[in-house]
Amino acid sequence: MDSQLPTWRELPLGGVILEPGNSVRRKTGDWRVFKPVINQDACIRCLLCWVYCPDGVIHILDKPYTSSKGKTWDVTLEIDYDHCKGCGICVEECPVDAIDFIEEVK
Amino acid sequence: MAVQRLVVEQVRLALSSNQAVAYAVRDADVDVVAAYPITPQTTVMEKISEMIANGEMDAELIHVESEHSALSAVVGASAAGARVFTATSSQGLELMHEILHIASGLRLPVVMAVPTRALSAPISIWNDYSDLMNTRDTSWVTLIASTAQEVYDTVIEAFRIAEDPRILLPVMIGYDGFAMSHTYEPVYIAKSPERIREFLPRRDRVKLDPNRPVTMGTITPPEWYYELKYQQVVAMNEALKVVKETDKLLGELLGRDYEPVETYMMDDAEIGFLVYGGVYGTLVEAIDTMRSKGFRVGAARLRLWRPFPVEDLVEKTRNLEKLIVVDRAISYGARIAGPVALEVISAYYYEDDAPLIASVIAGIGQRTITEDDFVKLAEVYMRKGRDSPLYRESIYWGVRGVEVK
Ligand code: SF4
Ligand code: SF4
Repeated sequence: MDSQLPTWRELPLGGVILEPGNSVRRKTGDWRVFKPVINQDACIRCLLCWVYCPDGVIHILDKPYTSSKGKTWDVTLEIDYDHCKGCGICVEECPVDAIDFIEEVK
Repeated sequence: MAVQRLVVEQVRLALSSNQAVAYAVRDADVDVVAAYPITPQTTVMEKISEMIANGEMDAELIHVESEHSALSAVVGASAAGARVFTATSSQGLELMHEILHIASGLRLPVVMAVPTRALSAPISIWNDYSDLMNTRDTSWVTLIASTAQEVYDTVIEAFRIAEDPRILLPVMIGYDGFAMSHTYEPVYIAKSPERIREFLPRRDRVKLDPNRPVTMGTITPPEWYYELKYQQVVAMNEALKVVKETDKLLGELLGRDYEPVETYMMDDAEIGFLVYGGVYGTLVEAIDTMRSKGFRVGAARLRLWRPFPVEDLVEKTRNLEKLIVVDRAISYGARIAGPVALEVISAYYYEDDAPLIASVIAGIGQRTITEDDFVKLAEVYMRKGRDSPLYRESIYWGVRGVEVK
């Protein structure tokens, strides 16, 4: 085991986590086998993926986007790949199949 | 040097052990109680709910739908910083089993009374210690009382032990179902709870507080789990010292002294018995009878079961020729099937001299152990030397069809 980790003496009793919100430090992105990729052109900004993502890693950015057909959206959706686990729920829920699910390759 | 006794003013009441628990819980200023009724625990909660209804006690009593929920509810309340209490017996304790580990793993100072009872099947509402002994490895500090007075004192003491920052573990207090839980004895209780509450100061500990958020009970991967379990090992071992310290302080407060292992007429005894719980009273009577006939016999009582007080036990029994350990629970399939007997034998393994240790199973499902049983057992073992098979495996005393020769 990693000798850099704290010993039993240093750990808070009962494994209580004293620092709120430190789960961002736990990068779960490497659990992914398939990677969801949003096709910004096809996306209709319904935000269903944002609602369904169990990890809250789909971010709505204040970044306007104009599609190839000339439609302008106020926002862009981006996935935080450091924490997306690749569960595929967003892919399943997207009503217009705007999320591709691509196998991760090393 | 004489110890100064700061004895608080007390009143004498006739109480069952279950009622003594309720008075102790009241005097300890408990905030949250959750329980589900089960024989023989029920009258603990009846008394507590009566006290709350009468305004004698300021606590939340949560009625739940099972013992699993009862312990879960007090675990939650304890996590939020409340002083909590629950009680159960037998099947109820079995149903709590999962949460027993959670209370200790989360290091919550829950206190629970367990008037002990045999386990189903077949259904028995009567006493033995099968329920309590099944909780051996749950990391609860476990004390076993032998009188209603001791029950009152020990429940009070339990809160101080549980909340000690060196310990922070749940504490269980066992005593005989029915034979104690429903039997009335004279009990001294504090005249006013003030001094008891000074004895139980509210200490700061990590708790669920929206202003200082923490997370409890996370999933813990292999690189963290083992260290947290080791913390429990350390706290449990430390608890032996803390229990003894607390016994002393309790003695100064209430004027009654307790030790992890108590003895009677042991100094020059050749044969000694070791028991736990209410049957100690019967044993002491039997010792008097046998002494009056000139037999050098003595009695010992295990008051602290977890952590197991190895040194106290050895110190107080090492001069015996024979030590008869009477267990009221069975570890099925073990050659030495008495849980305490097993522990005693293991305690002596590293000692140069050990008495011959015999394991006797008795009192199962409240097959009452009488004075006469102890006299007969002493007679049996008096005649038996090291070569006898009676030391090699537990004997089952009092079963029809089993003859002990
Ligand atoms: S794959 Fe799962 S975790 Fe990743 S963005 Fe979609 S819903 Fe969220
Ligand atoms: S569910 Fe599909 S269409 Fe809706 S916002 Fe997400 S990616 Fe766009």
